[in-house]
Amino acid sequence: MPIFVKDAYKCVGCLICMFACGRAHLATGLESSCIMVRSQGGISRGFSVFVCRGCEDPPCARACPEDALVIRKGGGVLLKENICTGCGSCVKACILDAIGWSNTKNKPIICIQCGECAKNCPYKVLEHKKT
Amino acid sequence: MIKEDTLKKVLYIDLSKKKFWAEERNDLFSQFIGGTGVAIKLLHENCDYDADPFSPNMPIVFAIGPLNGIFPIASKTVALFKSLHTGNLGESHAGGRSAIAIRMAGYGAIVIKGKSERPCYIAIHGDKVYFKDATILWGLKEGISVGAIIRKQEPGAGLRTIMRIGPAGEKMITYSSVTLETYRHFGRLGLGAVFGSKNLKGIIISGKRDLKVTDFKAYKELYLNLLKQLAESEKMKKYHELGTSANVMPLVFCKGIPIKNLTASELEEVENISGESLAEKHLGRRVACSHCPVACIHLATLRKPYEDEPYFYRTVYLSYDYELIYALGTMLGITSSEGVLSLIEVVEEMGVDAISMGVVLAWCTEAFEKGIINEKMTGGVIPQWGDVNTYSTLIKKIVFDEGEFYTDLRKGIDYVSSKYGGKEFALSYGKNVMPGYYSGYGAHIGYFFCARNSHLYNVGYAIDNEAMIKHFDEEQLAEKLLTEECWRQILSSLIICFFGRAIYTPEVVLNCLRLTGYELDEEKLYQIGKKIFAEKYRFKIKSGFDFEKLQLPQRIFELPSGIGPLNPDFAQKIINLLKEKIKSLL
Repeated sequence: MPIFVKDAYKCVGCLICMFACGRAHLATGLESSCIMVRSQGGISRGFSVFVCRGCEDPPCARACPEDALVIRKGGGVLLKENICTGCGSCVKACILDAIGWSNTKNKPIICIQCGECAKNCPYKVLEHKKT
Repeated sequence: MIKEDTLKKVLYIDLSKKKFWAEERNDLFSQFIGGTGVAIKLLHENCDYDADPFSPNMPIVFAIGPLNGIFPIASKTVALFKSLHTGNLGESHAGGRSAIAIRMAGYGAIVIKGKSERPCYIAIHGDKVYFKDATILWGLKEGISVGAIIRKQEPGAGLRTIMRIGPAGEKMITYSSVTLETYRHFGRLGLGAVFGSKNLKGIIISGKRDLKVTDFKAYKELYLNLLKQLAESEKMKKYHELGTSANVMPLVFCKGIPIKNLTASELEEVENISGESLAEKHLGRRVACSHCPVACIHLATLRKPYEDEPYFYRTVYLSYDYELIYALGTMLGITSSEGVLSLIEVVEEMGVDAISMGVVLAWCTEAFEKGIINEKMTGGVIPQWGDVNTYSTLIKKIVFDEGEFYTDLRKGIDYVSSKYGGKEFALSYGKNVMPGYYSGYGAHIGYFFCARNSHLYNVGYAIDNEAMIKHFDEEQLAEKLLTEECWRQILSSLIICFFGRAIYTPEVVLNCLRLTGYELDEEKLYQIGKKIFAEKYRFKIKSGFDFEKLQLPQRIFELPSGIGPLNPDFAQKIINLLKEKIKSLL
């Protein structure tokens, strides 16, 4: 489990992690981010952060009909973009909403377990543990 | 700008015909960058200068700039409109999720015209626009949150902005606000009333996209550098820790915080409402605008018992900052933190600008003391310094009571003091009321000449701060105010939150612009700033603004400010100089 939410109470909702995730996918903006930050029913109630847990037995990989998601050593999955048909089954399988979607490529955005989100978070909400 | 950038897209919405369309305005965004620069051009294009601000054809213009969605703390949206409060230029800025949401939806500006037959809200999701019925939301008072209902109905959670008005906007009170993300506002000059006049209850905007930069490697390097500075720089410390309310005690110390409508320069127990006290006693959480690491929004918890039910409490979160502590605290002689927070809660429920309301209540209190207004007019309400419950009643009466006096108060203190008297202590500058800095010539004349009659573009109080240890003559003061105002036109065209101004130096701004496809130099940047400022004054003048009618409130010459007593002749010299300087730009 390389990245985990250490303390969601500290999340201020700045979305800096989402922008960092976009940059890690070599993009500027938010479409190429696979992190979801949302309020818990209004900002006064605080925020929830949804980031790939790097499951050992990932449901996204099991859901892929083309076997385009390969289990990564140390947690998470790797996307074989040339095999992926863009069916979106992986997105539905991840009930954390931790898989993004690129409309431009019509392909999922998969966490690469790089830890940029945790490194950029100004309040240490996320933590990156190398495995 | 970068060729593929969607920033150049302007979304036009016609509420009368329920139609929308987008136009590419490369011309505007390449010449005027974005934000306030593009918005003032769009306002000129779409506004009938002589028409009533509430006539259906009056436009509301929202705009963002090239740095939004690309660089940190570029988190603001500018709104321009014709203000009924001043009769001329209405300009207001807000953060929250708004700027990033507009950018992610794929627009640089939104122009809303017309009037909906029935109350409605607009839902903008990327290139799709929906006109939604809002008859159920119209007239909602306390108890049900409009935001919560729209949140439940619409997609885009996490990234969307939800703008909405309260009862004050529906009633077209000239200082009603638009609230977004519960705690942010287009506060001053009455955008809420313009929404109300169009039967527009709210707007939700969402989208998600990637953007382009000219050199990704250089971009990443600059981004990380800026992020580090925003997090670690000493210049940002104030906003990180106590927030702007850190200013309360220093300004109390130098007599720069207005007290009881400027009838006193000291207030006992003021330390109870200092930034330190509020943080210690009430600070419950800090939150941020989208793409800003600073998290300057301080939310206080207020726990209140139910009087008729034992062991029943409610706890609410309320955002506070320096200006609110001034307007709903010191200005009204209130020194309990619970008192200030209680009034903030009422102001939020009503959807009215907190600064304007505070100054209105302060004027009422002094006018009552002087016998200019009486119990018969107020319906038995007796305003008294420090009386939180009465002020709370008064705020609600201003919004809901249909009596003549309260209806008049909905037009602001400039109007009521012209009708009933008490002009000499009506703290209004070009019809917009005083912000919380009573520091000296820079502040007063700054409010006076700022294109939006506020402190936000020329920060005269910072000049006054310098003037405490260094003498400035009239020419230096005038020039400093004008230079800062022109530079801030650039910052609010990008649009950088002014709290990040110390980090976004001209050099940094030029680098950021280069990466977003603008090849400019410092001289050109200042020229654009001057041009934008001049366009604003052109709009003001065409809408009936007259330099010769401007008058400083007499009261400010009676009570010494931060730098000591003010000399009317010296003030007049600066005013004359600025008049000429601005006229020469037109």
